[in-house]
Parts: sequence; C-alpha cells; structure tokens
Amino acid sequence: MSNGAHITVKTYLTVFVILLGLTALTTGVAFIDLGGGLNNFAALTIATVKALLVVLYFMHARTSDRFTWVIAAAGIFWLLLLLGGTLDDAITRNQLPGELQLTP
Amino acid sequence: MNGAPQVHYLNVDYGIRSWLFTTDHKRIAWLYLLSVTLFFFFGGFFATLIRLELMTPQGDLVQAETYNKFFTMHGVTMVFFFLIPSIPAVLGNFLVPMMVGARDLAFPRLNLASWYIFILGGLFTLASAAAGGVDTGWTFYTPYSSIYSNSHVALTVVGVFVTGFSSILTGLNFVVTIHKMRAPGLTWFRLPLFIWAIYATSIIFILGTPVIAITLLLVGLERVFNLGFFDPARGGDPVLFQHLFWFYSHPAVYIMVLPAMGVESELVTAFARRRVFGYSFVAFSSLAIAVIGFLVWGHHMFVAGQSVHAGLIFSLLSFLVAIPSAIKVFNWTATLHRGSISYDAPMLYALGFIGLFTIGGLTGLFLASIGVDVHVHDTYFVIAHFHYIMVGGSVMAYLGGIHFWWPKMTGRTYPEPVARVAALIVFLGFNLTFFPQFVLGYLGMPRRYHAYPPEFQALNVMSSAGASILAVGYVLPLIYLIWSLRYGRVAGRNPWGARGLEWQTPSPPPTHNFDVTPRVVAEAYAYDKEPEETYEFGSPSRA
Ligand SMILES: [Cu+2]
Repeated sequence: MSNGAHITVKTYLTVFVILLGLTALTTGVAFIDLGGGLNNFAALTIATVKALLVVLYFMHARTSDRFTWVIAAAGIFWLLLLLGGTLDDAITRNQLPGELQLTP
Repeated sequence: MNGAPQVHYLNVDYGIRSWLFTTDHKRIAWLYLLSVTLFFFFGGFFATLIRLELMTPQGDLVQAETYNKFFTMHGVTMVFFFLIPSIPAVLGNFLVPMMVGARDLAFPRLNLASWYIFILGGLFTLASAAAGGVDTGWTFYTPYSSIYSNSHVALTVVGVFVTGFSSILTGLNFVVTIHKMRAPGLTWFRLPLFIWAIYATSIIFILGTPVIAITLLLVGLERVFNLGFFDPARGGDPVLFQHLFWFYSHPAVYIMVLPAMGVESELVTAFARRRVFGYSFVAFSSLAIAVIGFLVWGHHMFVAGQSVHAGLIFSLLSFLVAIPSAIKVFNWTATLHRGSISYDAPMLYALGFIGLFTIGGLTGLFLASIGVDVHVHDTYFVIAHFHYIMVGGSVMAYLGGIHFWWPKMTGRTYPEPVARVAALIVFLGFNLTFFPQFVLGYLGMPRRYHAYPPEFQALNVMSSAGASILAVGYVLPLIYLIWSLRYGRVAGRNPWGARGLEWQTPSPPPTHNFDVTPRVVAEAYAYDKEPEETYEFGSPSRA
C-alpha cells in the first residue's frame, strides 16, 4: 500500500510535461494530412503512450506488486475482447453467408 | 451462549445520524435494503400499469407514448436500481466480512460512499420520472435515444452513469476484502461458495461497468453536443452502440444471477444438511460464467445489422455459457440427493430457483441459436426468457437469502407458516405471469406495444392475473418481516444449524462481528462435523 512512495514530485512533473507535449503533438498532427489512415494510427499511438504514462506513474503501476499488474493486464485484455468482437462485426459487415472470410 | 449480546450493531447507537454516517458494513447493508426495496416497489408500480394496459387488446388505458415510458421506467429501475445492487449490496455487504471472518470490509468509508453514489444516481432517475419520464426502453438504443427521443434521456443516462460508480467501488471493496482479510486458516477452498460467486460478480463490476458508463456518456454527448458517434448521417454506427451497450449489459445478467447462485449454494447445503457436491466445480463455474459472459454479447444483435460472421461466432460462444450453468444445476441436484431435506421457506425459494432458472437458461439456448432467434427476437418469448432468469432466478434467490439470513440480521425469526405460503404464492404467481408469455412470443406477439390483436387476449389476461398473485406474494413478506422485527421469536446465533462462519457469532452480531478472531480448520460445509470442529475461537481478538 505504500508503493507510491518511490515516485518523487519531480517525476510527476516530468510526466505531466510530457503529457502536455503529447497533447500538443496530437493537435499538431491533426492539421497534417498523412494519408492512408495514418492520421488515425498516429492519434491512437500517441493516446496509447499517454495512457501508459498515466497508468505507470500517476496510478503507481510501475512501483506496484505483481498482483496489481495482473489486475491491470486483465483490464487491457478485456479491452481487447471488446475491440476484437466489435471489429469482427465491422470488418465482415457487408459479407453474405456464402462468402464468409475475414478480410475487409 | 445463544442469547443476543447486550450490545450489538443495531442497538450500539440510535438516531438517524448514527445510520447516515455509519461505516459498519451491516448497517450499510440495511441502508441498501431499504433503498432497493423502495426501488423494487417503484419498478413494480410500472409493471402493474403495464399489465393493466395489456388486459385488453385495445390501447385504452394510456397512449402509446405513455406506455413506452412505463416499460422504460420499469426496466431502468428494476435493472439498475434493484436487480444489480440487490444481492451484492444487501446480502454481500452484510455477509462478506462475516463469512471471511473479518471485522468489516477493507474500505468501510468507501462502502458508505458507494451507497451515497447509488442514491445520487437514483435521485437523477426519479427526477427524470417526475419530469415526465423516458421512452427509449432500458437499452437506450441509438440513434433514437441520442437524436430523436423527446423524453428525458440525458437525465436518466446521467443517473445510470453515476450509479455505475457505486457498483465499481463495491466490487473493488469485495475483491480486496476477499483477497486480504480472510481469517487465519480460511483458504480459498474453504470459502463459502457465496464468496466465490460474489468474487466473480465483483470482477464483472470492475471490468464491465466502466464500459456502460462511457457508452452512456457518449449517448449524452451525442444528444447534447450533436456529435456523430452513433448517427449514420454523420459517419457514426448505431450498431456500435449496441456492441458497447451489450458488452456490459450481457455480463450484467450475470451480475444479477451469479450472486443468486451463491445464495443458492448456501441454501441447498443448509437445508439438505450436506456438503455441496463438487465444491471446486461449483466454485470455478462462477469464474467461468464471469469470463465467458463477456464473450457472448453479440447474441443481442443477430437481427440488428451485425455481420453474419460475427453472429455465427457469438452464437457458438453463447452456447458455451450453458456448460458452467448446467454444472451448477446438476451439482445442487446432486447435493439434494440423499440429503436430509427440510422445506423451510428459504428452501422453497431455493427449489423454485432451480426449476425456474433451468427453464430460463434452456430457453436462452433457443435464443442463442440464430435460426430460432430470427423467429422470436423482440417478442414476448424474450421477455419470458429473461424474466425467468431475473425474477424466477435472482428475485427468488434474493427472497430466499433474505429469509435465511433474517435471523442473523435482526436477531428475530419470521413466522414460518405464512412465509411458506408466501413462497408458494410467489412461485405460482410467477409462473402464471410469465409462462403464457413464452406462448405469446412464439405465436408472434411483439414486445413494447400497448395494443395487440384480439386473439392474444386470453394469454395476456392470464399473465395479468398472475401478476396480481405475484404482487400478493411480494407484499406478504414485506408485512410479516416488518412484523417480526418486534414480535418475532428471538432467534439465537444459529437457528438453522448451519455451518457457515456467519452463524458462529451472536445474532444480531456485535459491531465488529466476532469478539474473538476465528481460526478456520475445515470448509464452510462441514455438515459431517460439529461447528466446534470447524472453527476455533481461541485467540483473543486483535482489537
Ligand atoms: Cu445476453
């Protein structure tokens, strides 16, 4: 329970500044047309990095015990289940029964 | 030894403040009990109006728009403010610390906060009812809810959103308590199966509830700020809403029925006086249901425009849920076999649960198969199916549990003969209400209409008549349980001769549950041993 003690105020501030920088980056990238769906990819990648930083530092996952890691991993796994099932529908939405295959 | 202690959790302090600021899990359980009972009768009021309207084929009692609000208020109230909190927040709150031999939950103040959050969410929903109600159905399907409905969607959605945090925090509290606060010697496989069920439920609370919260937030944002998440005209996908909604709301069915299964395991063993058959199978089937329950949500969207491929996969996975469910039913039945069974009121509810849950579960398999679902989707067949699970299953188990632990909660016994009669009335009334709806649905009567063709009237009148009998069955316990608070016989610590740890402390229990920290040397169903051989109360309390 005292796991969070290892993270200093300096680290918090550094992470906070990085998060602000990444937010600016997201906004900047939105103004450039990367083409081929790369804008989505860039925005999601930056968002994932930001979420990771929040979980690791602000939520103390970095300094927590193994069990907390298991719980956090379960959350990510459940998110993948949600994305997987929904994408399966989205990708095959226009296929008829005779032509079932897993391609967009 | 059997008398009530001089000072216990109920008489340790009086006055409204001692209740509203309590951090005692047992008192918080009472706060939930009172609030969910109020919501139950509030939701039941709308059910009554629905059944009144459906007595005749014409829409003569109310207009279609008003009827839409009736079934929406009924669904929203019953699902989010009664069924989901009922067993976990009332019985779970009261029992989890006592069953694991702890003095309270891990985070007592968070527990009280959960109740206030629940009430805050409930107030939003009541406010939306007072302001004129919602007409989207409890499922809030887009784009109707997010664009076209002229009713109080935003207010209701905020209420459900807020209440979700109560669920998450309660689940968190239970998980930490079960992991960290078990009494010495209480290994995982000595735990009562109620604890396993509550643990599995808590996992769903924690992992599922955030999804419904964010989904409803998106509906609110689309409605208020005209964003295009679900509106096809703006590049959104209405089926995406259904994916997000059912990713939580199918597992929510297991939030309602897993704790009921936990109660069932306690009742069956106590009234058959036998160790549960296949303990570890029953325990792990709870976890299996919690996990598989997250893989089947697409069975609600077979005809909603979901792809055929996804439909096939979700259909197959839905059939899998039957396996752990059947394991439980078979194991309870095997527990009854050669048991010395007594038919007290809690056992009557428990036996009713087995039959009704089985019917509800098997008709769920009909619906999981795409061919049949295309025929009966959105008909009364579906209504009958999920009421068999939620009312025939969860409410029956909840009532059984309330009766079973009533002596522990209050120190008094309820009047047994009238309680048995009430249990039978509930069973008869329930079946008369909902069995005709299977037939109605199969014949093609769609749900959510206030008028119907005349040939459906006979079955609808049967259903409405059953509902009035069911209402009697629900009001009776309300009366005699309140009566028993004052006039009931003093119960003593273990009136059922049960083996669970909660029965080894006085009734009502002292504020910190146990005067001496128990040491557990056998499992919770050691009916072949005396309680003294299962628990040791030797070491002085670590106050
Ligand atoms: Cu479902």
